[in-house]
Amino acid sequence: MKFLVIIPAYNEEESLPGVIGDLRDHASDADIVVVDDGSADATARIAEGLGVPVLRLPFNLGIGGAMQAGYLYARQRGYDAAIQFDGDGQHLAAEIGSLLAPLRTGATDLVIGSRFLGQREYKPSFSRKVGILVFSSTLSMILGIRVTDTTSGFRAANRQVIEFYTKAYPDDYPEVEALVLLHKAGLRIAEVPVRMRERIGGRSSITALRSGYYMIKVLLAVFVDLLKK
Amino acid sequence: MDLLNVLAIFGSGTVLFLVIELIRRGRLKERYSLLWLFAGIVLLILSLSRRLLEYLSHLLGIFYPPSFLFLIAFLFLLLITLHFSVVISGLSEKNKKLAQELALLKHEVETFRGMLQKGNP
Repeated sequence: MKFLVIIPAYNEEESLPGVIGDLRDHASDADIVVVDDGSADATARIAEGLGVPVLRLPFNLGIGGAMQAGYLYARQRGYDAAIQFDGDGQHLAAEIGSLLAPLRTGATDLVIGSRFLGQREYKPSFSRKVGILVFSSTLSMILGIRVTDTTSGFRAANRQVIEFYTKAYPDDYPEVEALVLLHKAGLRIAEVPVRMRERIGGRSSITALRSGYYMIKVLLAVFVDLLKK
Repeated sequence: MDLLNVLAIFGSGTVLFLVIELIRRGRLKERYSLLWLFAGIVLLILSLSRRLLEYLSHLLGIFYPPSFLFLIAFLFLLLITLHFSVVISGLSEKNKKLAQELALLKHEVETFRGMLQKGNP
């Protein structure tokens, strides 16, 4: 199975070498593409220096637009699967194997790497815990299956999902919405337990102040998605 | 004809004139001017014919006819801004697609350039 690791990166010059090193050590059969989302720092130059193909967006599109660019690249090159992999070092290349396993057997179309299934090393802050609970119960209701880690950006998509996401992918805070869209299109979603690491550098796009806005925006978007034709 | 009437005619006439002039000079595309033209014409007609304005106001139970003019103008502005929001949404989607296509193409070009340079040193 030919698969591509998509790393959307916005000002990730500090953590990118570590992330790519990790991928080369623990997922050596992976092709990589870095999507530079209009970074102001040396993100693109550093990735190119490491010999990784880089898509340079001419300006910042936000994580959704950057991820979709990666999916467009995956479709163009005819990959069997695409893996979403954060540029901040949160995700572990060693876990890619377990993420891909359900796709290899054809058991599902999209696999989410969940921090909360199985072993529980991850300890989120209180506000995050509340958000996670709200999302996961709302989504589980909509999708009809239990989803524990709805905001996890560590995912593996098969060809059908790649094709679908090149046409429709949410713009900002896309993780939750992307699942609803997929479900509406009749594609299957499953979770596998994965370990994740604390961030190497940079900071989360979701600060405490923004989390309220984040929750409302995402919930609204989800309900709008349900109404959409 | 009182002052208010004159002002209303002058106001809607100016809007119409401005919109037509902008189209003529190519500064405003026809597809974005339709609502403006329509608003200008309706407001001008209502300003010119006091009897029509009073009749319609009476029909709707509006006691002060000029406020009916404001209502119409307000509704048109609402419609026009909504139309803009739709247009902006479409543009931002197209803008995103262009940026993505550009990034993919740039990568292709750089790849081919690299291959060429390797081919003929």
